[in-house]
Amino acid sequence: MGFFLEVVLGGLMAGVLYSLVALGFVLIFKASGVFNFAQGAMVLFAALTLVRLMEILKETFSPFLIALLLTIAVMIALAWVIERLVLRPLVNQPGISLFMATLGISYVLDGFGQAVWGSDVYALDVGIPKRPIVLFESMVPGGVLVPSEDLAAALIAGLLVLGLGVFFQRTRIGRALRAVADDHQAAQSVGIPLNTIWVIVWTVAGLVALVAGIVWGSKLGVQFSLGLVALKALPVLILGGFESIVGAVVGGLIIGVGEKVSEVYLGPAVGGGIENWFAYVLALLFLLVRPEGLFGERHIDRV
Amino acid sequence: MSTAPSQRHIGDVLLKLDGISLAFGGVKALDDVSFEVRSHEIRAIIGPNGAGKSSLLNVINGVYHPSQGAVTYKGTTYRQMRPHEAARRGIARTFQNIALFKGMTVLDNIMTGRTLKMHAGFLFQCLYFGKARSEELAHRRKVEHIIDFLQIEHIRKTPVGRLAYGLQKRVELARALAAEPELLLLDEPMAGMNLEEKEDMCRFILDANDEFGTTIVLIEHDMGVVMDLSDRVVVLDYGRKIGDGSPDEVRRNQAVIDAYLGVRH
Amino acid sequence: MLYREAGQFKTTYGADQAVFPIRQDQLFIALWLAVGFVLVPLVSSEYLLRAILIPFLILALAALGLNLLVGYCGQLSLGTGGFMAVGAYAAYNLCVRIPALNPLVAFLLAGGVSTLVGIAFGIPSLRIKGYYLAVATLAAQFFLDWVFSRVAWFSNNTPSGSITAPPVTLFELTFDTPVKKYSLCLSILVLFAAVAKNLVRGRIGRAWMATRDMDVAAEIIGIRPMYAKLSAFAVSSFFIGVAGGLWAFVHLGSWEPLAFDVNRSFSILFMVIIGGLGSILGSFLGAAFITVLPLVLNQLPQWLGISISTAMISHLEAMIFGCLIVFFLIVEPLGLARLWRIGKEKLRLWPFPY
Repeated sequence: MGFFLEVVLGGLMAGVLYSLVALGFVLIFKASGVFNFAQGAMVLFAALTLVRLMEILKETFSPFLIALLLTIAVMIALAWVIERLVLRPLVNQPGISLFMATLGISYVLDGFGQAVWGSDVYALDVGIPKRPIVLFESMVPGGVLVPSEDLAAALIAGLLVLGLGVFFQRTRIGRALRAVADDHQAAQSVGIPLNTIWVIVWTVAGLVALVAGIVWGSKLGVQFSLGLVALKALPVLILGGFESIVGAVVGGLIIGVGEKVSEVYLGPAVGGGIENWFAYVLALLFLLVRPEGLFGERHIDRV
Repeated sequence: MSTAPSQRHIGDVLLKLDGISLAFGGVKALDDVSFEVRSHEIRAIIGPNGAGKSSLLNVINGVYHPSQGAVTYKGTTYRQMRPHEAARRGIARTFQNIALFKGMTVLDNIMTGRTLKMHAGFLFQCLYFGKARSEELAHRRKVEHIIDFLQIEHIRKTPVGRLAYGLQKRVELARALAAEPELLLLDEPMAGMNLEEKEDMCRFILDANDEFGTTIVLIEHDMGVVMDLSDRVVVLDYGRKIGDGSPDEVRRNQAVIDAYLGVRH
Repeated sequence: MLYREAGQFKTTYGADQAVFPIRQDQLFIALWLAVGFVLVPLVSSEYLLRAILIPFLILALAALGLNLLVGYCGQLSLGTGGFMAVGAYAAYNLCVRIPALNPLVAFLLAGGVSTLVGIAFGIPSLRIKGYYLAVATLAAQFFLDWVFSRVAWFSNNTPSGSITAPPVTLFELTFDTPVKKYSLCLSILVLFAAVAKNLVRGRIGRAWMATRDMDVAAEIIGIRPMYAKLSAFAVSSFFIGVAGGLWAFVHLGSWEPLAFDVNRSFSILFMVIIGGLGSILGSFLGAAFITVLPLVLNQLPQWLGISISTAMISHLEAMIFGCLIVFFLIVEPLGLARLWRIGKEKLRLWPFPY
């Protein structure tokens, strides 16, 4: 029982990490209708920039803080460049063109990031405690071992979700973002400055990517495979719905737990590696049954 | 600009709508609408904006399924019909916002209208010989006949996206006619056209009705066109039928006048 | 004024519907075929054939298949590598388990297997569009990756996972030299291209394009988008499966599952985008471009006299690919094929500018 709980908790923690990446996707999709294939590359790029800057600035009084501020500036600049060079020229194109453009962006980011910062594995230490904590000692003999950095990740994710939820529902900018996602032209006609909005959205997504990068990087080290892990966010979106922040969280948790549990309990029977495709096949099944996801909206086509 | 209606042979009831109601969530688009259309006649549907006219065509066509009521076409009653079944039964239509295939030429667009009449198997298609080839050429001949009819020979190889609005509407009409439909639904075929283009379009519609015997249901805002072209008129307002009869009768109907002038009722 | 249609009047619809109605085009194609089948093998070195031309031909076939699905029917697939793998492993297993079976026949059967798998993954695509389909095909890719590396049966229980294909023969002829392999690939490509062209200009191709452009309107005419999508998936998977068989047997000789991973899928998608969506010529141009580009990039530092590490070159390659994708999407979404057609238009009036 204790072991099962550990596996589930481990899965939940992994799920939180997926959710963090998925959040970035949801933000951009929610606010611009673009599926940003480059989100994973942004996570990697942000983490790489941060870790290398910390390395360069290690003699200063607070490498982390300065590096963080610089990285945030970089992500803002990145959002601006993407909006100017890619989004603006493609403004009236169908979604598929924009999707493929983000595919191109992901290649550029990957190449650029590694060209500038190198492609080794870098350890990221931002002060998140790594001692494992023992929980549930009263319920289960010996208690359940939970790495405290995972708990920190869950906490950070929770705060982020809360913050984003408030941002979208309560602030003026949040409302503008939702309007833009609904209908670009209509939003423009009420005076919402499309271009500024997009820079804001991609910046926020970039910052979310940075948070995800920090959390992932602390746990796994900053390396190229981080970008691939981000591909897993796609099934998360299928499960949760492309436009739902809550869906990103719930979807991530489901995928995280499902992966771990099936790997541990079914893995040995088929030689392992179920983790590679479990998320995707689950998403495939969802597409058969409920394409819009658990929290997504059904779209009605008016002719 | 008009042919005296009594000269055309108007037949039996082809299409009958019974108590059609259609709701989207809380919005009632259509409320208990009933009327019929006879073979070979030209029936107009008019009404202020938002009256539910396009929704009505969508119901006939199978794009929307009514929440209540039934449609009877050529004797068969149905409630849920898919659009391609409607096409199979001989119903064709055009759209308010042009629904042409922007990536294809005029000729290809019209050829798609012949899809249901093409049966050559897959293997023949791969090798483009035998039945595939002869079918393709036979249908090309038919399509050219329609192209002549609508006078669009000069643009047949142009990608549709590059054409002027008026010409696009004509191509859409051509595509609908290519299917040799018994019932043709036209959704504002003259919207956005100048006087000359409207006259041309009227002529085409009348000719289609005369030469091919096609029954026509059209939505139109231009009252002059409606009065001249149609045999009978249905008037909708807020999803309800408020008038049904010959153009003259409808013109004198007080409820209709009120609806257009915006009098509260 | 060489390239003119003036004076060439078609008197039958048949003549007008021909693939190459303009006489200059007919000559052009005949010339290209002559060059391709006769001249190139004569003058090319073994390296050129083996490292550039043969991969180009096979990838062009895969790109052609993918273009039918993505460019003509508008369905986005990210699983091309996986379907190539299906073709490769199917052909391998057929040849190994039925020794009497000719590999060329095995390729066709493998294409059939790939078709079935494609349809199986394509059925969920009937209700979904765009990004959803991309995820479904990505699922296919990763799942197939896993199946071929973990399930030993497919590799004939070879412990290392790396398998070697038997040589390709036809009657008494064994395709073992680069020239023979090249000719085989070229013949297959030309044949498949002809089939693709025939499909595309007929009823089925129009149904695909209608589904791509506006599936609601297509349904109203009587086209069933479901069947159009499935047939596009089926034909596309067939082409890609055969390409996979060729890639494994003729180009690689021996391979591991990694040869068909997600990078392969992206690379073929790039060929289609850069070459031109919805264009058969575009598939060839895109394949040529993407095959040649890495080689040029590798040689460029030498030509310019600067030294760059191989790792850096691959990073630059990724960046250049990415930029090119974005560039083509913005500037010329119809790709190199459109640029080609614009060139031809200009040639019509040459040497006059207007």
